[in-house]
Amino acid sequence: MAEAEHSHAAHAAPTSFIWKYIFSKDHKIIGIQYYLLALFAVFVGMALSVLIRINLVWSGTSIGLLEALFPEGAPGGVMTPEFYLAMLTMHGTIMVFMVLTTAPQGGFGNYFLPIQIGADDMAFPTLNMLSFWLTFVSLVVLLAAFFVSGGAPTSGWTAYPPLSALGEIAGPGLGIGQDLWIVSIAIFCIASLLGALNFITTVLDLRVKGMTLMRMPLPVWAWFVTAILGLLAFGVLLAAGILLLLDRVAGTSFFIPGGLVVSDQIINHKGGSPLLWQHLFWFFGHPEVYIAILPGMGVTSQILAVFSRKPIFGYKAMVYSMFGIGTLGFLVWGHHMFMSGMSPYSAIVFSLLTTAIAVPSAIKTFNWLGTLWGGRISLEPAMQFAIRFVSLFVSGGLGGLFLNQPSTDIYLHDTYFVVGHFHLIMGVAAIFGIFAGTYYWFSKMFGRHMNKKLGTLHFWLTFVGVNSIFMPMHFLGLVGHPRRYAELSGVNFLAQTAPLHFFITIAAFITVAAQFIFLFNFLWALFKGPKAERNPWSATTLEWEIPSPPPHDNFGGKELTVHHGPYEYSVPGEEADFVMQTARPLQKTDTGTEN
Amino acid sequence: MVVAILIWLITIFTSYHFLMRTWWFPDSASAHGHLLDSQFETTLIVTGVIFILVQIALGYLVWKYRQKPSSGKAIYTHGNHRLEIASIVVTTIVFYLMVLPGQSIWADLYINAPAQDSIQIEVTGQQFAWNMRYPGPDGKFGRTLPELIDDSSGNPLGLDFEDPAAEDDLVLPIMALPVERPIELLLRSKDVTHSFFVRELRIKQDTVPGLTIPLRFTPTQTGTFEIVCAELCGLGHHRMRSFLEVMSDADYRAWLEEMAE
Repeated sequence: MAEAEHSHAAHAAPTSFIWKYIFSKDHKIIGIQYYLLALFAVFVGMALSVLIRINLVWSGTSIGLLEALFPEGAPGGVMTPEFYLAMLTMHGTIMVFMVLTTAPQGGFGNYFLPIQIGADDMAFPTLNMLSFWLTFVSLVVLLAAFFVSGGAPTSGWTAYPPLSALGEIAGPGLGIGQDLWIVSIAIFCIASLLGALNFITTVLDLRVKGMTLMRMPLPVWAWFVTAILGLLAFGVLLAAGILLLLDRVAGTSFFIPGGLVVSDQIINHKGGSPLLWQHLFWFFGHPEVYIAILPGMGVTSQILAVFSRKPIFGYKAMVYSMFGIGTLGFLVWGHHMFMSGMSPYSAIVFSLLTTAIAVPSAIKTFNWLGTLWGGRISLEPAMQFAIRFVSLFVSGGLGGLFLNQPSTDIYLHDTYFVVGHFHLIMGVAAIFGIFAGTYYWFSKMFGRHMNKKLGTLHFWLTFVGVNSIFMPMHFLGLVGHPRRYAELSGVNFLAQTAPLHFFITIAAFITVAAQFIFLFNFLWALFKGPKAERNPWSATTLEWEIPSPPPHDNFGGKELTVHHGPYEYSVPGEEADFVMQTARPLQKTDTGTEN
Repeated sequence: MVVAILIWLITIFTSYHFLMRTWWFPDSASAHGHLLDSQFETTLIVTGVIFILVQIALGYLVWKYRQKPSSGKAIYTHGNHRLEIASIVVTTIVFYLMVLPGQSIWADLYINAPAQDSIQIEVTGQQFAWNMRYPGPDGKFGRTLPELIDDSSGNPLGLDFEDPAAEDDLVLPIMALPVERPIELLLRSKDVTHSFFVRELRIKQDTVPGLTIPLRFTPTQTGTFEIVCAELCGLGHHRMRSFLEVMSDADYRAWLEEMAE
């Protein structure tokens, strides 16, 4: 069971362009497809965030392009409040689903999980193709919401009913736009469920000889745990989405209580509960945070070890803490609901369970520092992003300790403190994981190197930029600034926040501009970058055994046997400072992965 | 090198603004407010110390162990069980010691029974306004019927005047409260979920259609405070604002009488 039958997933290399690059079953092509989808989506999401920032600081400005694109949402090029909310909803949805869920798992996971365990492909290549194309359809359906009558939905990425359930009567964008949103998310859930099954099966069934579970590289563990989370979480969101759609189109009342009156009109529903949606949504939504960030943790662990030339500190603790975070992640959804009207007793239970997540998180942070300690650190762009991932994880994680206590959450709930917190930990930290992975694996994926100087410049600007955006948001929260306000002029106490908003907007402009450096570097390297050798980082894992880029069947039919753990760096008595996982057993040192 | 310095600079900048309180809560104006504030401050001190220590350590390690021509081989170690367990024990103790006291503040506010003499006021959210209902001299809220709701004719809650208890009910867009008296707000919503948030009173509670959620507190300072909506409720979310004035008991009675006319 544990060891692979070698040619299990092998299939002949297709020759026509369509089967090779479009409807490909090759996990590597699918990985790149996911990555490019995320790359496209992240620039759309970022453009939306620029509009959000402009509207908050220069409310009422006319933007010509907007009038051309959205004559309804921005008449005369001026954003209406409902257009602002549509931007915000789509920004959140695109970033969470189409970027943070796809790039780390669908992108890097697809590409490198099979290679790192010595498999020829994923366990179910056709299913894999289906996962990607469903995700693609999901993105198209989501983007279509911009262009339908009423525009994109305005109920936020959390789509709380009754706002999201009542249709156009509750506001613009809540008609067809909201329907498309739900359909898009449902398709995305199905795609993610199929993907999760594939990842789990591949890890359990297709490992090469000698690749015991405890010799798997930490990114593989991270993708594996993430897949388990996805399998358990997306099914719940799918069910919730279907119920919400039924409430909207079939007259059911899962989330709509009786006696509602919207704009003097009586709503003919009875017996539903708005809180039911919140429970279902956050039962998915909290594990989703870890779906976004666990792969980043895996990649960070990998990169810290490689560029410190050291074994990862506490390998087993790193594995167990991922399971700890994953398991606890399913027991804490109620901390999003302290102010929702749910039982105040359960708030205390959820609070205490949430505090427990600090423990595996602290283990990870501690071990990352332990890995750097006594190392020989080279600051390649991948390493800079990985180091900063640790820093962001700490900043973002500590902010969580104010929100997981119901007492302190009373004031901070639904303020910008929350916005700053989750952007740091879920958004930016995960994105830094993606950048780290990109600078680390680009040469393997495309056979060429990205430019190091541009990478370093990109890193500096992004690093200062994101802190300048999201740290000040915590201060906005302290002032009591509620989230999702299209305009600030209606509330007196928000006047004092103007300088902070201005600062954040300027920082956002700089950060966004810096991403074009990345895009340029990426595209330049794709065609003009210096050719990459097999193992440019002198790393030990299996992907560095094979050519860059790898052939269709990865290992060219070669029979591999793994003899070592993935982090044998600077082994005493060895001439080179790394021992490949497939190197023959050493004489002097036992290098099974000890903790 | 630069990475280390940048991490330190950002740590210093962030810590400075937290310490200087450049942007901060308004002064508390309710009995429980200072308890929340001190719980916040405890949390800030604990997390602040960890934040600064870890970021400094991270910067230090990167600076100290950066690759130099003189660097020898890296240390070969797969970890240390004792250190691992120590970090688990310390984290658990520190964080639970920090989090546990805050739970009793929450329990006092949300779980323990209301004082007998609390003043009840019903608050009903709607897109995009707050309706405050005082029960009037009879102390009873009259019957409401959804089909009677009519914003334009001034019956936003659908009061049924066939019910004698409804006759003296007072429905207003603003709120007044007497200082130093326990208050119980009964929070409801007509349409979608809203959230009743008053910064100075340190209160926030979602108003959920279909539920009546009690919110208990005692104002301790007089003054006029803004009521805002903290849960996305539609295109006018940002302008769903009202005012709340905390006044002396005598002023409060006079205000009620004035409003009843």
